[in-house]
Amino acid sequence: MDYFIYPIDNKSLLRKKIRIKRDLLSKSDRFIDKRIAVLGGSTTNEIVDQLELFLLHYGIRPTFYQSEYAQYWQDAMFGNEELDNFKPDVIYIHTNWRNITEFPTTSSSREETDVLLEKTYNHFAVIWDKLAEKFNCPIIQDNFDRPAWRLLGNSDIIDHRGRTNFISRLNQILYRYAEVHKAFFVNDVDYLAACYGLEAWSNPLYWHMYKYSLCLDAIPSLAKSVADIIKSIYGKNRKVLVCDLDNTLWGGVVGDDGVEGIRLGPEVPVGQIYSEFQQYVKELKSIGVLLAVNSKNDEENAIAGLNHPDGPLKPDDFVSIKANWENKDRNMQAIANDLNLGIDSFVFIDDNPTEREIIIQSDFGVAVPVMDKVENYIRVLDRNGFFEVTTLSSDDLSRVEMYQANAKRVQLQESVGNYDDFLKSLHMKATIRAFEPIYIQRIAQLTNKSNQFNLTTLRCSESDISSMRESENYICLYGKLEDRFGDNGVVSVIAGQIEDNQLHIRLWLMSCRVLKRGLESAMLDALVSDARVRGLGRIIGYYYPTPKNGMVKDFYSRMGFEKISEDADGNTTWRLGLDDYRSQETAIEIRR
Amino acid sequence: MERKEIFKRLDEVFQDVFGDDSVTVNDKTTASDIEGWDSLRHITLLTAIEDEFEISFSLEQSFSFKNVGNIVDAIIALKN
Repeated sequence: MDYFIYPIDNKSLLRKKIRIKRDLLSKSDRFIDKRIAVLGGSTTNEIVDQLELFLLHYGIRPTFYQSEYAQYWQDAMFGNEELDNFKPDVIYIHTNWRNITEFPTTSSSREETDVLLEKTYNHFAVIWDKLAEKFNCPIIQDNFDRPAWRLLGNSDIIDHRGRTNFISRLNQILYRYAEVHKAFFVNDVDYLAACYGLEAWSNPLYWHMYKYSLCLDAIPSLAKSVADIIKSIYGKNRKVLVCDLDNTLWGGVVGDDGVEGIRLGPEVPVGQIYSEFQQYVKELKSIGVLLAVNSKNDEENAIAGLNHPDGPLKPDDFVSIKANWENKDRNMQAIANDLNLGIDSFVFIDDNPTEREIIIQSDFGVAVPVMDKVENYIRVLDRNGFFEVTTLSSDDLSRVEMYQANAKRVQLQESVGNYDDFLKSLHMKATIRAFEPIYIQRIAQLTNKSNQFNLTTLRCSESDISSMRESENYICLYGKLEDRFGDNGVVSVIAGQIEDNQLHIRLWLMSCRVLKRGLESAMLDALVSDARVRGLGRIIGYYYPTPKNGMVKDFYSRMGFEKISEDADGNTTWRLGLDDYRSQETAIEIRR
Repeated sequence: MERKEIFKRLDEVFQDVFGDDSVTVNDKTTASDIEGWDSLRHITLLTAIEDEFEISFSLEQSFSFKNVGNIVDAIIALKN
């Protein structure tokens, strides 16, 4: 039973939270640890408990700071020792319309309302600025839900004296703040309340009895929403949507009914729903989600179905198509191999409960939502937050093209016999430079999602990256690689910290899509030359093993480092003297 | 609904809420008898009981329970 897949099981999450937490902690030991400060304008205890469950589910082990009851403003404004020492990685501000201390009255003039609006906004903006300056970490702020009653009835939303109008205007300015502050995120409580049902959500009993701003039963969905933002910030979004075809992307069975017989397109209601769903899936591609097919079908039938004139999705939209009579768990692994991506970043959609069960049972970590009725498909995918957008980098937008270009490179490699000749034929050009502001977002993203070629798996926020960039004591390099098939974007990152005469490599990673091209050697060449400029004598490398980074266990040895220590957990330390380092040969033209 | 049946279902609710399979309750059980039964857990507990028996306690009731016996009385009253 998966409590966390939408529709989430609120009642069990509340009632069995102690057992569920115990299970989550015992199931895995691969958590990343994060410190979350929850600053509340109302009671936050259950919110923290539920947030903990959702974050553990996402592989994030939180420790919490909770402000004393309703002390969010004081904590942020004046600070306190406990919070300062806590050094949060993320701050979540849980406030609601009852924290707005003054509303316009029926006798307020338009000017008075405008002044009050400005004042109310500043009351909040001042703490966001203060927190950002002090802690330099992502801030998540609830927007304001609608009040439970409307004094002016329908006019409450249009009249400046109506609370609903006032709150809606306040939200608009809040969104503008979020637009210009990159590490500031809005938790859309207003939407959550609408989905849940405002009357039940805002049941005043919970405010007057326990000072909760929402009903207890809705807290898991609030916590999920906050957890979705946090896991997205730390690169734990799902990356691939793997689709069954028959009765998933169209109605009917293409092998039996023929292309003309499947339900897709405007003629029948069911066909319209499938078209709308395909359109939604196509739009997922536009936010960087990779699409793949895993279907029991003859390949030609599958392709014919995907070429249906009324279907928005076409074969080209998919980076991998497995239409055959293999078992779906085998196909799923084959897709993961094709794409060189962890299978635990996959979502699988299939109308057939037996096929879903096979994937669940195989325990790959694939998310398998219940797709029971076609009219629910979009909602199930959408509300699950698998692909929560916190940043929409240009890299996300071109990811599909990059994976397709990769497929072409594989073809070329097969046609050129010798690997060195193949590398030369790629006409690679790399830019290797110190961190630049426009790449900070991408660099942070890479530190959070690279698992395989990642020596230390140090996970960083954008603020962390900025601090390294600005520090005198760091040498930071990014590597960007282009070739004749396209631009791979920023794909490698090194950050080294200078201590005395040595450079300690805190971070070295590379995207697996550019493995074995020589970029790692080019990066080391650049690093050595920068270290020499700073007069350093040695580079010290660290390898911290994880279940996924085995491929770089001997990386430093391959690069000419000498092992100086190894502990019982397999953590190793390596040394490279700069005096006798000779630059390596690669097929890449370097721009610095 | 029989008191005996209510207690059987209450035991399960308490075991879930306190994450402890050894918890059982009777008429005399109070918050001080069960580790972790503080005011915050009390909210979770009452909500779970409401869900289990498909009832809802009034505001006054929620604050008036002195022991589990009182809760059972309230469940019986609401169920009839």
